[in-house]
Amino acid sequence: MTAHGIAEPGSRALSGWQAMLRVVEGLWIWYRRNWRATAVSNVAQPLLYLAAFGVGFGGLIDASPHAAQATGGVPYLLYLAPALLTVSAVQNATFESTYPIFSAFRSQRTYWGITATPITPAQLVTGQLVGIALRLTVSATAYVLVIAPFGAIRGPGVLAALVFAVLCGMAFSAPLMALAAAWKKGRTPFAAISRFVVLPMVLFSGTFFPVSQLPRAVQALVRISPLWHGTELARGAALGTLRLWPAAGHLAYLTALLAVGVLLSRWRFRVRLTP
Amino acid sequence: MSDSLVQARGLRKWFGALEAVHGIDFDVQAGEVFGFLGPNGAGKSSTMRMIGCVSPRSAGELQVLGMDPDTDGPWIRSRLGVVPQQDNLDLELSVQDNLHVYGRYFGISRAAVRAKAVELLDFVQLTDRAADPVEQLSGGMKRRLTIARSLVNEPELMLLDEPTTGLDPQARHLLWDRLFQLKQQGVTLIITTHYMDEAEQLCDRLVVMDGGLIVAEGSPRELIARYATREVLELRLRPGARNGWDETLKDVADRVEELPDRLLLYASDGEAALAAAHQRGVQPVSSLIRRSTLEDVFLRLTGRSLVD
Amino acid sequence: MRALQELSRALGAPRAGLLMRVLPPALYVGRARMLVLRASRVSRNIWIMILSGVCEPLFFLVAMGQGLGGLVGAVVGPAGQQLSYAAFIAPGLLAASAMNGAVYDTTYSVFFKLKYAKLYDAVLATPLGPMDIALGEIIWALIRGGMYSAGFLMIMLVTGLISSPWAVLALPVALFVTFAFASVGMAATSFMRSWQDFGLVQLAVLPMFLFSDTFVPLSVYSPAAQWLTQASPLYHAVTLLRDLTTGAIGWSMLGHGAYLLVMTAAGILVASGRLKALLLH
Ligand SMILES: Nc1ncnc2c1ncn2[C@@H]1O[C@H](COP(=O)(O)OP(=O)(O)OP(=O)(O)O)[C@@H](O)[C@H]1O
Ligand SMILES: [Mg+2]
Repeated sequence: MTAHGIAEPGSRALSGWQAMLRVVEGLWIWYRRNWRATAVSNVAQPLLYLAAFGVGFGGLIDASPHAAQATGGVPYLLYLAPALLTVSAVQNATFESTYPIFSAFRSQRTYWGITATPITPAQLVTGQLVGIALRLTVSATAYVLVIAPFGAIRGPGVLAALVFAVLCGMAFSAPLMALAAAWKKGRTPFAAISRFVVLPMVLFSGTFFPVSQLPRAVQALVRISPLWHGTELARGAALGTLRLWPAAGHLAYLTALLAVGVLLSRWRFRVRLTP
Repeated sequence: MSDSLVQARGLRKWFGALEAVHGIDFDVQAGEVFGFLGPNGAGKSSTMRMIGCVSPRSAGELQVLGMDPDTDGPWIRSRLGVVPQQDNLDLELSVQDNLHVYGRYFGISRAAVRAKAVELLDFVQLTDRAADPVEQLSGGMKRRLTIARSLVNEPELMLLDEPTTGLDPQARHLLWDRLFQLKQQGVTLIITTHYMDEAEQLCDRLVVMDGGLIVAEGSPRELIARYATREVLELRLRPGARNGWDETLKDVADRVEELPDRLLLYASDGEAALAAAHQRGVQPVSSLIRRSTLEDVFLRLTGRSLVD
Repeated sequence: MRALQELSRALGAPRAGLLMRVLPPALYVGRARMLVLRASRVSRNIWIMILSGVCEPLFFLVAMGQGLGGLVGAVVGPAGQQLSYAAFIAPGLLAASAMNGAVYDTTYSVFFKLKYAKLYDAVLATPLGPMDIALGEIIWALIRGGMYSAGFLMIMLVTGLISSPWAVLALPVALFVTFAFASVGMAATSFMRSWQDFGLVQLAVLPMFLFSDTFVPLSVYSPAAQWLTQASPLYHAVTLLRDLTTGAIGWSMLGHGAYLLVMTAAGILVASGRLKALLLH
């Protein structure tokens, strides 16, 4: 029998790719029906921030000579746009890799349903992460498409910025997913994370103003923030100011974080699903 | 007015276009245990919620404790104890805080409710879990806590919607015992259940509901006498070998009921029916003769077996 | 915690009050404070609660006030005076956090308890009615909002962002703002069908947060955009509070107050009309 794509017994039932695609397909079916609920926070939020700070307020900043020096002479709208792209990727990634994962383990128990099929926990992790990356890409693309006609981007470099933004989101998503998979208590730490980790990260990682505006001690602290690395990459790519070695450093940091997160998630998923 | 605690005449409930209760009449007397039986979706919980004054009736008359739920809801509810079909404990509070806060909703003084909580936790054997968050209780423990909670205001009338669903046999027997104690104390109980043994054990009187209507009413014994024979012969046949047998066996029993996995022959003498069936060439895989129960009444009245 | 319970009792005990006479007992039995008791039990650690509530506007104040303020320099205050950017946004953040807290407490939080935790099903099986629940939740939102606002005002005082003694009125006004948004939030929740609808709540709150003269001075906008901004209820709350903390007292404040008063009344009216349908079915 080759029904449902299952090969003859003895051979491995599903290749990693097939398995992952099935998980992604399952997530996608859900997303297709429910995207409206998240569209506001995923796309409208960065757009509104850009409109508020980039447009009218931008004039105020551009008029100040001190500011032009700090932003490298770039109009504030152009300065802010790629940073908000990254911010929004990280914020969406935070949400997508906490509550839904937690509830798939706990209240809905969908993960047990999935791993009762030939799909393994590791494949489930990959599929779930790819699903999140897809959603981040969709939202980020929508954002770019909306802002492009308003002169908020400089050129094709924004495509690289988009990739960096998604990478940054995923570097934050993977470790959080491991946490969500490990969390068993009813009271979750996710609200505290978004309030005490994500919000300060968004405000102090050079999104709205260069990090040089901050005291030296805080500047050192900011270097831990994945969002800062992501913003440097995305802004550099969008404005065409990226230099090789700093970029390599930022990329290495984000990739390492992603890799650690993936390994941790696989471990937690395996422990939880195949005790 | 009679001394009935609950009186319904032509009681109806609809949710939009769907009519959940189609006009029912019943009376619950003070001190009795009154049961609602019926298949899923029969309208039992809808009726219970109307009695509990949390669901306005759509038409008909309803009096609870001599008052009208539409206008006197708060006074009625202050004398009711409610165990809903689905536990709605406060998951953010500890076990004892659940009782405490709930008691305060009834306006019971803090000192009184503290003492009451101790007593009730003992009553449902949860004393050692008093400080735990409700989240950590097992399903059956949550059920017991819900029952304890419903007693916090020392109700005169209790509404128990499938109180023992999810309990292990020991906990069920414990609960039956507790309910019996309450009855002894003069508390009136209205109960819905899918367990026939529970209904037979507990209920003085019950009604069978189906499709929003009451299809029969009486004590368990009366209902069995009215709707079933004294004995039942159960024949388990080979799959596929069953077709047409109920025709052949028609005159062997008063009534033949065909279930997916077996035939039920209702007869006053089961042995005689079995002999007659053998004579007609029926060769069952197994056979069983037993007394009729409420389950048979249920089957007869609703065409469905109870636990579905 | 005890003090909190005392306060809640004082606030939530209009037993023989006006409401008891106006509302039928099927709707209200005057025990709203019991829900406040419940809420205070749930959030046992009050200091952590205040801390987390104050942190959010504080992060904004530090980041935007210092970082962005360094770029912008001074802005023009309500009385035409030069104002540091931090002193400009602080009252805006005070108003915005009052709004955010009140909206959260009366929409997400209430909807969750209604649809998922089934908390109100249990409460309604007791003598309490729908209005007890609504009032209890609003009172709790007020208590929380009041504590956050007080905390944030203290920070403003210590950091020198308050330049007028009129600021003593900022706390009651912040409470009033909380009440206004809580009543509208409760009314909005009575229309909610599923989580999908909360996108709309965000869509209403976020633009208000960003465009109500909170971070961006009204003067940078075109006249049409200014006119639109002035329709936002948060704009009136921000303006009232900024007038108080900077001492720009004038008759226009009555207008802002009246706007919020009308909004509160409308919220209460809608909510009390619909709550019964929402909770009893
Ligand atoms: N809140 C509601 N909104 C819409 N329909 C409802 C609601 N509550 C119940 N119903 C419908 O009313 C009918 C009767 O439901 P009810 O819960 O009273 O049945 P029941 O006899 O208690 O069944 P069960 O044995 O499954 O508990 C069902 O068709 C159900 O779908
Ligand atoms: Mg039911």
